Amino acid sequence: MPNAAPMLRLEGVAKSFGPVAALRSGTLVVRPGSIHALVGENGAGKSTLVKIVGGVHRRDAGVVELDGTPVDFGGPAEAKAAGVAVIHQEPASFPDLTVTENIYLGREPLRRFRRIDRRAMRDGARELFRSLGVDLDPDRPAEGLSIADQQIVEIAKAISLDARVLVMDEPTAALSAVEVRRLFTVARGLRDAGRAVVFISHRLDEVADLCDTVTVMRDGAHVSTDAVADVTPDELVRRMVGRDVAELYPKVPSTPGEVALRVEGLESTGTFHDVSFEVRAGEIVGLAGLVGAGRSEIARAVFGVDRYDAGRVVVGGRVLTPGDPAAAIAAGLALVPEDRRLQGLVVESSVARNVSSVALRRRRAVLLPGAEAELARDWAGRLAVKAGALDADATTMSGGNQQKVVLAKWLATHPKVLIVDEPTRGIDVGTKAEVHRLLSGLAAQGLAVLMISSELSEVLGMADRVLVVREGRIVAELDRAAATPEAVMRAATPGASAVAEGGAA
Amino acid sequence: MRSHARPWWQRALLTREMLTVAILVVAWVVASATVRGFDGPLTITYLVLDIAPVLLVALPMTLIVATGEIDLSVASVVGLSSVTFGLLYQAGLGLWAALAASVLLGAVCGAVNGALVAYAGLPSLAVTIGSLALYRGLAVGLLGTTAVTGFPDSWTDGATANLSESPWPVVTLGLLALAAVFAVLLHATPFGRNVLDIGRSSEAARFSGVDVRRTLLILFVLSGAVSALAGVYYTLRYGSARGDNATGLELQVVAAVLLGGVSIFGGRGALHGVVAGVLLIGVLGSALRLEGVTVNVINIVIGTALVVSVVAPRIAGGVRVRRRASTSPRDGSAVAQRS
Repeated sequence: MPNAAPMLRLEGVAKSFGPVAALRSGTLVVRPGSIHALVGENGAGKSTLVKIVGGVHRRDAGVVELDGTPVDFGGPAEAKAAGVAVIHQEPASFPDLTVTENIYLGREPLRRFRRIDRRAMRDGARELFRSLGVDLDPDRPAEGLSIADQQIVEIAKAISLDARVLVMDEPTAALSAVEVRRLFTVARGLRDAGRAVVFISHRLDEVADLCDTVTVMRDGAHVSTDAVADVTPDELVRRMVGRDVAELYPKVPSTPGEVALRVEGLESTGTFHDVSFEVRAGEIVGLAGLVGAGRSEIARAVFGVDRYDAGRVVVGGRVLTPGDPAAAIAAGLALVPEDRRLQGLVVESSVARNVSSVALRRRRAVLLPGAEAELARDWAGRLAVKAGALDADATTMSGGNQQKVVLAKWLATHPKVLIVDEPTRGIDVGTKAEVHRLLSGLAAQGLAVLMISSELSEVLGMADRVLVVREGRIVAELDRAAATPEAVMRAATPGASAVAEGGAA
Repeated sequence: MRSHARPWWQRALLTREMLTVAILVVAWVVASATVRGFDGPLTITYLVLDIAPVLLVALPMTLIVATGEIDLSVASVVGLSSVTFGLLYQAGLGLWAALAASVLLGAVCGAVNGALVAYAGLPSLAVTIGSLALYRGLAVGLLGTTAVTGFPDSWTDGATANLSESPWPVVTLGLLALAAVFAVLLHATPFGRNVLDIGRSSEAARFSGVDVRRTLLILFVLSGAVSALAGVYYTLRYGSARGDNATGLELQVVAAVLLGGVSIFGGRGALHGVVAGVLLIGVLGSALRLEGVTVNVINIVIGTALVVSVVAPRIAGGVRVRRRASTSPRDGSAVAQRS
């Protein structure tokens, strides 16, 4: 229904926080029965716009209309009551309550004497899941639900509140391929039922697959709105970054030197088995595989935050003590972990403290005032972390800046081997290219890089060699020329015929 | 975000710790004006002598609470160390040797707590409430209801003597020195940074190569050793080693630490705030005693102060959030500063 009257209309919406204009002119027109993609780099103003729609922030200026009626939500509850629901990337649920109780929390159907009508609740939940076409047990506790299932619960809750506009804020960032497919089916069902869906994603292939309309934002303002069929992904990227991304994966050719990291027969019962590989100085080795194949677990064991049952790790000729990250760091190993907010950064801690936390604390016995800021200023400058933010709480920055802080923290230790786990997950296109350029340049200067990524194009674009992990084993080693998407996927997928080309030593 | 917009001296004055310092000054002024005898020369002397054990124990406690843990067994370690110090002296050991042995025993007590918390992964609240009973039981079991007295005058006088003609006791110097050591440890060493990081996100600290378990063990050992030192002081100050010495001291220590602005959830705290918190509790205690208020009522006051110090930041935070939420759409200036 592309010509129906807009269900949600924002025009010229602006919002500033103190002197910072987070949103200058946000415009978004969403029609019923449509899935509308909202794309833009981190810091483009998407999140602020979503928060205004969802009632978290109040706008400074501009128009917000729902079904042609101007609205001004004073809080999330008002937005929900008006029929606007925001599905967060990682929804918050009450782990001790059942799925049903989470859906009806605070508005349970009542029987006489104000007793909760559990049967009506359970039937309602079951009916919601049926209408969404998903199979979820309404009686199970929310604890242990996957992120994908938690999102489904949030969607069910939104529908039970009769939400007409559903905003999904980067829902697929942490989902597996199967889960993404299920979410898309649900989203299409919502569209066909005449609701309006706003879909925020960094993955343009998903936008092409799912959405009918796409709005691009840049620097807090609206850039364009088109039918998805009318624009190419390359054109979208150009509009998002405002310049040509000549080369998203700037691969600098390098000549591999000495073996910097050698892993021999690493074994952790039930997690990974007989993992052996080498990374040479100046080389980028990709660790590809499906989510859950054991790639991150291997990285954690190599770095020493997890223990292993057999095998050994050698960095620069030194055998590492198992389970001792400090020894690994001393030997020249660095790990940029998968979850930067939980593992990479210390919350409520400034950029300066985070950047200096490893390098400076290993070198000095006493930390004089200013020493941390000095080191951090140097590295923040080299990595172009947003200027003037050394005092800011690192975890409140955008994803791209957070990742730069984590990278700065580890590069300041002058590592010989850098392991990066999902280095660009949830990062905007521009910063992504910066990170790629940085890694490529570091490798050219002789750093050994082991890169884990679920984004195949990233692995193939960056790596000199690709190791494919499947069910905790390295099943294939492909050099740059042989590493085609088909070859990697065939090796990574259980059930597909494995083409182990020489395996790993 | 706005923190860099204020000059540094404003930021220094607007901290949670300076609030405690301000309350301390007000309490002192009010007590001097209204409580008969509070401005007398003996007030400072007795204040310092009384708070000395609280301050000693509060120093390592500050670091433990900053990691998000707690040590409730401290007063029992004070008691146990008092008893062992007395018994070893009675058995003919030299006083220095008895002191060293008592402090060593305190460190062992702390190591037991620390091992159970750090390596067995048990909650410190449960572990130390158990060892609170255990260590106190050992102390009372060793001495029964009797007491060891008769310590040499040179030692007992030394514990209470003043610096020449001033009202300040000699122990002030030791307290200042130890407080300075802990202040440097928390605020200017990698160890102290790691302590705060553990309180904020122990997972991230582990991924930065911090040995979280060893750090916790060290803190509990420090807590045990310093508590034992406080036990020896306590014995000499009153000239009597008893199993029930310093019972309930943990209440004052935890109250002082939290009043001093250390977050019970870990990750935040400064030593000067805790020193102010200890002094505040000391001032309240001596003012109320001078007014003839019973110990029971003083405990009620301290307990209330403890609860308020935990609840007040929550309420203040809530008010800030509400104010921010109700900011009118055209006024972006009231973005609250994170504190």
